[in-house]
Amino acid sequence: MRGKALGLWAAAIGALALAFGLPLFVETFFLVELTVYVVMAILALSLALVWGSAGILNFGQSAFFGLGGYAYTIAVMNMGDSTVPILIGIAVPAVFAVVTGYFLFYGRVSDIYLGTITLCVSLIFFNLINSSGAEYRIGIAPLGGNNGIPGVPPLNVPGNPERPLDFDEMYMLSMVVLVLVYLGLHWLLATRFGRVAVAIRENELRAELLGYDARLVKLAMFTIGAGIAGLSGVLFAAWGSFIGPTMFSIFFTAQIIIWIMVGGLGTLAGAVAGAVLIQWLTTWLGETKIADTNIVLGAIFVVFVLLVPRGIQPTIARWLAR
Amino acid sequence: MDFAAIVVIQVLYAIASLALISLGLAIIFGMMRVINFAHGEFLMLGGYAVLLPVEAGVNLWLAMLVIAPVTVGLFGIVVERIIIRPLYGRIVETVLATWGLSLLMIGLASEIIGYYQAGAAPPLGTVQIGFYREGAYTFFVIGITAVIFVAVYLFLRRTRFGLIALGTMQNADMAAALGVNVNRVYAATFGLGAALSGLAGAIMAPIAGVVPIIGITYIAKAFITVIGGGTVFLAGTAAASVLFGTITQVVTFLSTSFGEVALLVVAVVLLHLLPEGITGRFLRRGL
Repeated sequence: MRGKALGLWAAAIGALALAFGLPLFVETFFLVELTVYVVMAILALSLALVWGSAGILNFGQSAFFGLGGYAYTIAVMNMGDSTVPILIGIAVPAVFAVVTGYFLFYGRVSDIYLGTITLCVSLIFFNLINSSGAEYRIGIAPLGGNNGIPGVPPLNVPGNPERPLDFDEMYMLSMVVLVLVYLGLHWLLATRFGRVAVAIRENELRAELLGYDARLVKLAMFTIGAGIAGLSGVLFAAWGSFIGPTMFSIFFTAQIIIWIMVGGLGTLAGAVAGAVLIQWLTTWLGETKIADTNIVLGAIFVVFVLLVPRGIQPTIARWLAR
Repeated sequence: MDFAAIVVIQVLYAIASLALISLGLAIIFGMMRVINFAHGEFLMLGGYAVLLPVEAGVNLWLAMLVIAPVTVGLFGIVVERIIIRPLYGRIVETVLATWGLSLLMIGLASEIIGYYQAGAAPPLGTVQIGFYREGAYTFFVIGITAVIFVAVYLFLRRTRFGLIALGTMQNADMAAALGVNVNRVYAATFGLGAALSGLAGAIMAPIAGVVPIIGITYIAKAFITVIGGGTVFLAGTAAASVLFGTITQVVTFLSTSFGEVALLVVAVVLLHLLPEGITGRFLRRGL
């Protein structure tokens, strides 16, 4: 058992060294491609927390992702320096989560009703942005409607808009954020608060009878998840220097859910693995045009729910433990 | 005066179309506690089951009222057997599996049929109301929705199968103990819901057109209507359609792009006040 734990640590350190040492060895183009995987992994972690750990069936995580991206874009276009807009990109989805979450959790909306409402929220954003034509502006930022907003300014060294991050630095920053979010969530789930959240997931009534306020805990988890999703939205917008309503679309929402389902519900590492795997698969399908992406993702989704309901990480972990 | 008539007709149409696209989902959810996430794609399939035969020369009414519901109903029975039945009682897993089915169907439709399917013009011509013209098909949609609701009510209340299905819904174990083949009842119920979805998609097809992703425009409205309605699914869906349809249409008259936003806001507030939907509080003894 000790040897195995040691091996896991060695593997983790090796993976980290590889991830951070990568810019020394590979071409910039590859690094740029890799950055989006890192950003998606952060988004996956946010839903892994909300759905996997806190048991909140949130089908609208993409709403927070898109909201973060749009909030950052609008703020940075108006302000120039990207430091404060990053915080705005985290705060706007978090505040929105507090408001909707208040209605949902304090209204005792549960399970499937919650999933439906959150899904509808992201769909409404999609429709709203889609139908907001070129004439809608916030400050000097055009909302662009269906076409999205091209030319989103990149992140810059704090306080110095003249010095944007280059591709290597953008990759490194995303990687640091991913590691910090991962470790932070691990820590959060080990605290008393995190364990109460898991207890509520397992049996809400029992946790409440023991005196915990399930509504408050869920609202807090929902909000933290929204903030993290917003941060990944910020990174995504700055990475591609583009943002569009597809960030809110039902297909993107479905993908986030598929990442978690494939990786393993209730795990953090599995969510990251699921995001990377599926993201790679969709990119590959998009390039080679071997099959329609929706057909493949839909089939994977159905097969995992029916045949591999635990996802790959727990399945492999059980296999290793044998 | 004429304008008022047009407004009333538009509101009635909004209510009817909402009720129509929600009914199949409501029956499946209300009777089986299964949320069919591929509902929008069942509507899409119903639409294609009209447009493709019409293109091949089949009579529009025959395609709409017979071919579409039968096709989608049979498809529903197959789906129930493969995807729904292994997951009974696990509501979240059912949602996820049918979501996968929804993606699969969208992918297949865009691969096989593509985005350039010709539409069918709404039949029946127009009606003159003072200065305004209104498609006669609008009246047809309002009328047939009412007919379908009454027919479903009578079918469930007055026929042998309807009573067995309602009994199974109330207590599946007891029904099984009395010799009812519960699986067959569920399959038939799912097939009925699917057939009604197909019929709804077919009726909407001449107005809304059909593309592989048409389901997405229906699904949010249908979900909100069914969940806003609550467990008494027929009365609930009708009541929620009246409420949401009126609000959406009135807001749409005031500002074109905010109708759906108003719908969502009303739905969230409604669920905050009545977490079990309208029929959690009112009309509890209906169907």
